Amino acid sequence: MAIYIDEGTRLIVQGITGRDGSFHARQMMEYGTQVVGGVTPGKGGQNFDGAGGRAVPIFDTVERAVTETGANVSVIYVPPAFAGDAIMEAADAGVQLVVAITEGIPVLDMTRVYPYVKERGVRLLGPNCPGLISPGKSKVGILPGQIVTAGPVGVVSRSGTLTYEVVYQLTLAGIGQSTCVGIGGDPIHGTNFIDCLEAFEADPETEAVVLIGEIGGTDEQEAAEFVSSRMSKPVVGFIAGQTAPPGRRMGHAGAIISGSAGTAAEKMESFAKNGIGVARRPSDVVGLLQATRAG
Amino acid sequence: MARTARRSYAEFMCPAVVPGMQTPESRDGTDMNIHEYQAREILRSHGVDVPPGDVAGTADEVERIAARFAGTVVIKAQVHAGGRGKAGGVKLASNPSEARAHADRILGMSIKGLTVEKVLVAPAEDIASEAYVGVIVDRGSKRPVFMVSRQGGVDIEEVAARAPGAIRRLGVDPRYGLLPFQAYSLGATLYDDIKQQRACANILTKLYAAFVASGASLAEINPLVTTRSGEVKALDAKVNIDDNELFRRPEIEALRDTSAEPVAETAARDAGLTYIKLDGDIGAVVNGAGLAMATMDLIQFYGGEPANFLDIGGSSNPEKVVSALRIITSDERVRVICFNIFGGITRCDDVANGIVEATRRIDIDVPIVIRLTGTNEEAALRILEEAGFSATTSMDDVVQKAVDVAKAAARA
Repeated sequence: MAIYIDEGTRLIVQGITGRDGSFHARQMMEYGTQVVGGVTPGKGGQNFDGAGGRAVPIFDTVERAVTETGANVSVIYVPPAFAGDAIMEAADAGVQLVVAITEGIPVLDMTRVYPYVKERGVRLLGPNCPGLISPGKSKVGILPGQIVTAGPVGVVSRSGTLTYEVVYQLTLAGIGQSTCVGIGGDPIHGTNFIDCLEAFEADPETEAVVLIGEIGGTDEQEAAEFVSSRMSKPVVGFIAGQTAPPGRRMGHAGAIISGSAGTAAEKMESFAKNGIGVARRPSDVVGLLQATRAG
Repeated sequence: MARTARRSYAEFMCPAVVPGMQTPESRDGTDMNIHEYQAREILRSHGVDVPPGDVAGTADEVERIAARFAGTVVIKAQVHAGGRGKAGGVKLASNPSEARAHADRILGMSIKGLTVEKVLVAPAEDIASEAYVGVIVDRGSKRPVFMVSRQGGVDIEEVAARAPGAIRRLGVDPRYGLLPFQAYSLGATLYDDIKQQRACANILTKLYAAFVASGASLAEINPLVTTRSGEVKALDAKVNIDDNELFRRPEIEALRDTSAEPVAETAARDAGLTYIKLDGDIGAVVNGAGLAMATMDLIQFYGGEPANFLDIGGSSNPEKVVSALRIITSDERVRVICFNIFGGITRCDDVANGIVEATRRIDIDVPIVIRLTGTNEEAALRILEEAGFSATTSMDDVVQKAVDVAKAAARA
């Protein structure tokens, strides 16, 4: 089954005619994603030259694209100045999932975009994320198709290339993935670890989960508590930025607001306390996963 | 002239918003700091009654300003660091020559590794009480949150640790801004006198306007004081700017003080890289902040010490590799350079050619060990080996190799 995207995903690419949008639209099509339309204001009525000689219709607005194509997911390759608006446009047009690849969206913009999207019952992934991939079914974003293979492990991560590192090692070890999700690194993001864990727990195809975190914030700690209280499937975790010292905090208000320094040690401790296998090196993830199966 | 001291890897890896530093969580915590005198200007331009004060770079100027203000003045070091008072960077002077004497000591002093190049000179206020007010974008609730406390004038983190109940938080719906009843409610938390409550509410409303208009991630007034005559005034201002706002706020970008950061870090930013100097001897070039942090963790795991954090981003462009190598080799401590590149879609043979070209353009006399994984990796390894580099597709292998090379070079 996978989570969030699968064979039934019908994708709109916002910014399809831009440099990144066009490149990645073709990559996604090559992987097998159903790219049913693109949006670039002013180019409505034209066609985008997709992979394998397939033409993809371009629309002026997301609303028109959704009406004409029945799209249910949108991916955004729009520059930061306009990306917040593009996210809201997609939510308004009624897609179920908006994947915002764009890096550099002003945080204050996101404080307005987030409630807009949430109120419409639409899921936002990102911004500043690599997207997600359900191997063999669909890819939305920039995660390389060559490094994944279908299987029973769900992967959720804040990072980009660090995710690729871990996923590739799983693939080489013969451990396939149900869905790999990059939730991105921005302070205000639409989907967090708990959202993905919840979805993995409910997904019949997923048997175990790998969680890749970083220093900063409390997402991992909250996820750890979710794992012990609401999950039956084993979880293995890795935190980047491990040698942070205790005691030094975000200057002034930041640390108090979060109530935590967000150190890697803290996160790893909360993993251990809540029954999550803790990998010290990225290459330890495979062994820990194999141990959960053996157990 | 001494710039920031080399930071140990451990010191650097904490999630503190260290002045002028881009953290490896490049998106989170990438804030631009501005000086107190610049923050005061921002608040003043939004109607906050910030008392007068002038910036000076020499003891002469300080003496002239003190004479102009007459009466007791306060001299405050303008550096991107907390604890200025404790470090002796904030002094009162009752006459211009005393002001000059303080300035002589403070200008050029080093506070938390930063050299004081400017001081703010302002009339000293007759303080009856000190409070804390600030607004920050809160990751948890995903919106701006005000924090206020009657315990101002000290490190707010101390208050949070010691007496968390003394801080009141209030979330703002960014679609409405700080509503009048909210501003008044915060004022009433801090003061009992209706005139002061209203004056405070006024200041908070303007603080929020300044916060939004400057694209800030944090705006604080600490202390917000009442004078003996009952007025409410902002005595100190701190503003951090969200880096993501700078493309649309050139006037704010212009406030950046690059003298506060190491030359190499400025150069890196200009080259589109993220670079932070540390104090080890293993230089690293990695694509992606998370992978870069994990690489540094792995270097330490295998017994080495990273010389830097460097995220080269997603391009295989040789120019970036040249910039990266130039910056790393400007650090004399580096005994080996370790590339850890996970190409994914990026063609590894392009990256390999980029590295070879880059190393031809500049003189590099330390060994380079390379890991490349991704599309066309076998071809890439051949290109590199032919050019005389040690190359692998394993992250553990390349890091262990780098640690061994550094240790051997240290013994030699």
